[in-house]
Amino acid sequence: MNKYSGFGLLKHGLSYHENWQRAWRNPKPKAKYDVVIVGGGGHGLATAYYLAKVHGVTNIAVVEKGYLGGGNTARNTTIVRSNYLWDESAHLYEHAMKLWEGLSQDLNYNVMFSQRGVLNLGHTLQDMRDIQRRVNANRLNGIDGEVLDTQQVQEIVPIMDCSANTRYPVLGASWQPRAGVARHDAVAWGYARAADALGVDLIQQCEVDDIITEDGAAVAVHTKQHGLIKADRIGCVVAGNSSVLAKMAGFSLPLESHPLQALVSEPIKPILDTVVMSNHVHGYVSQSDKGDLVIGAGIDGYNGYGQRGSYSTIEHTVQAIIELFPIFSRVRMNRQWGGIVDTCPDACPIISDTPVENLFFNCGWGTGGFKATPGSGHVFAATLAKGEAHELAKPFSMFRFNDGSLIDEHGAAGVAH
Amino acid sequence: MTQNNRLSSGGRIDRSQPLTFTFNGKQYQGFKGDTVASALLANGVDIVGRSFKYSRPRGVIAAGAEEPNAILQMGATEATQVPNVRATQQELFDGLVCQVTNGWPSAEFDVMGLVGKAGGSFMPPGFYYKTFMYPQSMWDTYEKCIRKAAGLGRSPRENDPDIYDHINQHVDVMIVGGGAAGLAAALSASRSGARVILADEQAELGGSLLHASESIDGRPASEWAAEVIAQLEACDNVQLLPRSTVNGYHDHNFLTIHQRCTDHLLDCAPIGQARQRMHRVRAKWVVLATGAHERPLVFANNDVPGCMLASAVTTYIKRYSVVPGERLVLMTTNDSAYQAAFDWAESGRFVVAIVDTRAHPGGDVIDEANRRGLKVIAGSAVIEVKGSKRVTGVSVSAINQLGDKALGPVKHLTCDTVASSGGWSPAVHLSCHTGSRPVWRDDVIGFVPGNSQQKQLTAGAINGTAALSTCLQEGFQAGREAAINAGFDTVPSISLPKVDERHIGAAMALFHIPHSKPTSRAPKQFVDFQTDVTAAGIEIATREGYESIEHVKRYTAMGFGTDQGKLGNINGMAIAAKSMNKTIPETGTTIFRPNYTPVTFGAVAGRHCGELFDPKRYSAMHSWHLKNGALFEDVGLWKRPWYFPQAGESMQESLNRECKAAREGVAILDASTLGKIDIQGKDAREFLGRIYTNAWAKLAIGKCRYGLMCGEDGMVFDDGVTACLADDHFVMTTTTGGAARVLEWLELYHQTEWPEMEVYFNTVTDQWSTMTISGPNSRKLLSELTGDIDLSRDAFKFMDWHEGTVAGVPARVFRISFTGELSFEVNVPANYGLYVWEKVFEHGAKYNLTPYGTETMHILRAEKGFIIAGQDTDGSVTPIDLGMDWCVSNQKPYSYIGKRGMNREDCLRKNRKQLVGLKTKRSDVVIPEGSQAVADPNEPVPMTMLGHITSSYYSACLGRSIAMGMIRDGFERMGQTVYYPQPDGSVIEAEICSPIFLDPKGERQNV
Ligand SMILES: Cc1cc2nc3c(=O)[nH]c(=O)nc-3n(C[C@H](O)[C@H](O)[C@H](O)COP(=O)(O)OP(=O)(O)OC[C@H]3O[C@@H](n4cnc5c(N)ncnc54)[C@H](O)[C@@H]3O)c2cc1C
Repeated sequence: MNKYSGFGLLKHGLSYHENWQRAWRNPKPKAKYDVVIVGGGGHGLATAYYLAKVHGVTNIAVVEKGYLGGGNTARNTTIVRSNYLWDESAHLYEHAMKLWEGLSQDLNYNVMFSQRGVLNLGHTLQDMRDIQRRVNANRLNGIDGEVLDTQQVQEIVPIMDCSANTRYPVLGASWQPRAGVARHDAVAWGYARAADALGVDLIQQCEVDDIITEDGAAVAVHTKQHGLIKADRIGCVVAGNSSVLAKMAGFSLPLESHPLQALVSEPIKPILDTVVMSNHVHGYVSQSDKGDLVIGAGIDGYNGYGQRGSYSTIEHTVQAIIELFPIFSRVRMNRQWGGIVDTCPDACPIISDTPVENLFFNCGWGTGGFKATPGSGHVFAATLAKGEAHELAKPFSMFRFNDGSLIDEHGAAGVAH
Repeated sequence: MTQNNRLSSGGRIDRSQPLTFTFNGKQYQGFKGDTVASALLANGVDIVGRSFKYSRPRGVIAAGAEEPNAILQMGATEATQVPNVRATQQELFDGLVCQVTNGWPSAEFDVMGLVGKAGGSFMPPGFYYKTFMYPQSMWDTYEKCIRKAAGLGRSPRENDPDIYDHINQHVDVMIVGGGAAGLAAALSASRSGARVILADEQAELGGSLLHASESIDGRPASEWAAEVIAQLEACDNVQLLPRSTVNGYHDHNFLTIHQRCTDHLLDCAPIGQARQRMHRVRAKWVVLATGAHERPLVFANNDVPGCMLASAVTTYIKRYSVVPGERLVLMTTNDSAYQAAFDWAESGRFVVAIVDTRAHPGGDVIDEANRRGLKVIAGSAVIEVKGSKRVTGVSVSAINQLGDKALGPVKHLTCDTVASSGGWSPAVHLSCHTGSRPVWRDDVIGFVPGNSQQKQLTAGAINGTAALSTCLQEGFQAGREAAINAGFDTVPSISLPKVDERHIGAAMALFHIPHSKPTSRAPKQFVDFQTDVTAAGIEIATREGYESIEHVKRYTAMGFGTDQGKLGNINGMAIAAKSMNKTIPETGTTIFRPNYTPVTFGAVAGRHCGELFDPKRYSAMHSWHLKNGALFEDVGLWKRPWYFPQAGESMQESLNRECKAAREGVAILDASTLGKIDIQGKDAREFLGRIYTNAWAKLAIGKCRYGLMCGEDGMVFDDGVTACLADDHFVMTTTTGGAARVLEWLELYHQTEWPEMEVYFNTVTDQWSTMTISGPNSRKLLSELTGDIDLSRDAFKFMDWHEGTVAGVPARVFRISFTGELSFEVNVPANYGLYVWEKVFEHGAKYNLTPYGTETMHILRAEKGFIIAGQDTDGSVTPIDLGMDWCVSNQKPYSYIGKRGMNREDCLRKNRKQLVGLKTKRSDVVIPEGSQAVADPNEPVPMTMLGHITSSYYSACLGRSIAMGMIRDGFERMGQTVYYPQPDGSVIEAEICSPIFLDPKGERQNV
């Protein structure tokens, strides 16, 4: 792998950029791999990368039905934070946060991780109690965070309406300075390029349509385009399609697939340099480096695989944003889209072995898994390499729904992300 | 400046209405009927902006929604600023103020342009992924610089003075696009009697008919259009919506129309008028007649001002009477573009040459060119443009018939305008919004709509149809079919008018003009102007392995602009396909998503912002609370009195006073906001038993009972008291915030799980006003107000309810207590709420009756250890964790929601977090709510947390602070000490105790 650098750019510039290497190969699948990862989103690609890099397992394929990073990875609003409430999730997301902090250098691909801080606003007394509780828990867990009052919020976001005149005045916020946003595509591509360089086969346009089991153990995936691909272990990281894959293997997951929408404004000059989220008015916004206001909210209520949602959700979201930022009223919305998110009853992921031996699932990230990408890949890689859950992944077993050891993150997961 | 490029006659502008506007601080003239773009071109303004990445000067290219360059900042005041207005779509009005969005110090002389020139070759697509990484600590700084260059226009800094409306419409036939096909469709659909909406984004209906050269029934096409429009206007069943863009097409034939009501008149809507309106349309059938966008060709320096679309040249001349230059070179792959040269020549300016990429063009238009004496250079292309701030000339070369090689020799032609046409791309956008993928047609050289799940027809150029007569025919047919499909059986067919048109010959499939140098070394050949994506950039992307068209898009930013690639995408796909040796259909398109063109956020939000963001709910006594100085707390939609401060009191002093009144005298709470659900039916009782965790089988008429509600997971989610009115009739109370959720929950279970049960639910929250009169004097006070209810201890027992009158008003009185004091909850019809409340106060004066709010209510109940669902519980607490085993019945024949959940292994575990009381070591210290408990305050981070404080107050009655909280294994740790580390480094020490701080035997409520 040729290293990327400013110097490299100059060098390639002088040769008209005619000699850039491919970021990844386009290989034909082999008949058998040590590990097959189904789903070439950020989580699947990160899993492959850490399997190869940390565990030395390089005979791996990632099979992706569309294009790399084209699922929710390509559709999300890229908020990265680790201020979750419960120890189990806080440790998992903080593990990811630490990996984010050196990711561009590790991958030699600038994922533009921008630690511009995230505000979670509180608009009711109960919101503020919950914020206090979460920030206190974060602090004792070693995660940065502060509770801000209205005045302090106003100082960080001068353009927000923090007056008492709004329907739900801003009473305060939690503030995580290390949180921020990253460039979603770059995350997928960076992992893909780095994994490819370690020998991982990335197979695009290859849809798994069956999981083959023998004596209760998974032995191969069947794909539409390339037939059977055998594997010692199979890891499914297919987000909104997880239930479909589980069904192929003969069990069901406690997941619901819902549309989740997002939208962007036309690009405008920098005006908002942090991320503002509000569970109560139900919307969040940040501004991308390109200048778009990136806006989202909660899931659509119904189930579906359509990758688009209903207009009323868009209306509510925009109303929430105008409520917080009345000055954006004349700015215009450029584009909206949707992804399909896999939501768990307790708003926490599943990183787990399954009733089928040698088959593992990493799913249920719902509306907020982008932020976990490095951590999720890292612990899932360990899980696949060893055949048993990584310490941080243990609480996220799918069997927690049988014994009731749920990790309720509805409060912290809130609107989404 | 004078309007040098304005012809002395013709066009659809109104020369009797001259208008003055300001661009970049300078005043210009235009006419009513101009767009900002046509007015700028009339005045000879070449540069309307600087490009995003390379800061190259850019001019107007198109005349409609596909324009990528003329993106302006508009607005005469700070509050009325609008970023990124497309000058080709903004109608001119007197006093309009606009300016370029990029370029410093000005778009004419831009400093960044120099950087763009020097650095351009070191900024290939995705360059930022490859650099700015080292050292890690520098990224913050790099990013700040990158962000500075971001964005086009700017957001206003002041609040929008305008209002926006929503309107819901139901129609039989929704027609999108008011060109030839759309008008024809509207005409034939309207004859059926169907309700029709015809929406078009332009100021005038008519589309290309407004500048067409064809004649219809022997008259200019525009006259035919005018006559049809007049006919449609006269139909009651037809609504014509000009200036109205159908921006989104959603499932179930739901479409949104973004109508600009006043943007063509003034900076800000006249008082009382909405600036814009969103129509939310549910259509039985939809006819898409959205036309097509002309594709420019991709050639070296094709972005120099003076390069335009051929059809735009025609539009500016014919509609606006503006010729945007002196000397034209036209490059085309097809017949349709010849019209631009004809119009140019007719306007008296010079056509240098028509460069036709086809080796042997022939047919009607070529004959006409010859007849007009225009020079046609066949089998050739403009391979490069000269000039920087305006075209000064072009290099023309013969090309091979595959279109991938410039064969030379290279000739130079002097000109100031280059019009190009690579054919037409059907405007398939809306047809794809609901998930349908477009289909490539080689004969059209474009994508046409694919199969759709929607009840949708298409007509005209969107189908790739070129001939006007066929467009009309398709329109008539689609309108008729749509009406029939929508259920109208008498749809008279309309005879097709006679169209006099030229025969159109075959076009050449060419997108990217070869240069004599390889693409990577030739001057920049722009594909997407707004995002500065070049043909070389696309080739780099595919070379680097970004082969999916989505990867190409995302890596290069192609199509990410405010035009969403209307002009460039097909060219980019063609270039990507060619560089991978694939066909265009194999490469495919990216996904079309709403919005078709950008929509004002304010319009999407409508009136639902500010005060009207959410409805406010007030109890019937709200005016009294206001008069009596209450401060309010938002609970759900309700405004609840929080506390009632008196002059000079601190909050704590008010609370102390309110609490004391309830414990020592009498106090009153407005409890109207609690949810009330009327439940009736023969299975009502059984239903309660399944929904609540406790037993309901034996609750007698005239009695009340407290109940807990759990989710399937066994976790508490609401609670409240339910009264038995009759064997088949109950009234349930819920928490204030949970009322709607609980009603939905009951309905959900009834409708999906137990439809066989005969039970009905109805919200009666608004129908009743509820006042809780609490304290040792409550009986005395209430007895003054009722003659027909025996309030004595034995006649009216705790957890009884009675019907009677209070202050002469029919009432239901409940003897229940959330304060621990003797308490009566008086419910009266809401219309009498204020009256009764005031009567209570009349009589209460002598007892010093004290109103209290939610905060005092919280303190009083906490003294008694009563929970508040949602404050002392989250989604992880079972009734057992709350110490409320008494409220869980395991004897029920049917089971209840949550039983299985709360009996799972982890929920039965011994050392779960449990709700306990906490007493601080220092009685005056109140532990902040949300504090986390640890066993060892000196443990290093990450610390082991035992639980958190859910409720915490200073209790005036007890003379000390009290708190409730979750503690791991709390029931077993009574008397132990835990520590609450605070953000400031201090630690609060507290002892675990029973959460019942006052009157553990419950004697006070029984006085
Ligand atoms: C609108 C929106 C906004 C969001 N905002 C945020 C946010 O701000 N912050 C945040 O942290 N998270 C956010 N998320 C959530 C986040 O995007 C996801 O949790 C995360 O990206 C999931 O990554 P993944 O790799 O697991 O899934 P994906 O990226 O969806 O990857 C799964 C892949 O599996 C492939 N696949 C599926 N079925 C098969 C099959 N049968 N065979 C082969 N391949 C298959 C899919 O094509 C896909 O590429 C958001 C999501 C959406 C939709």
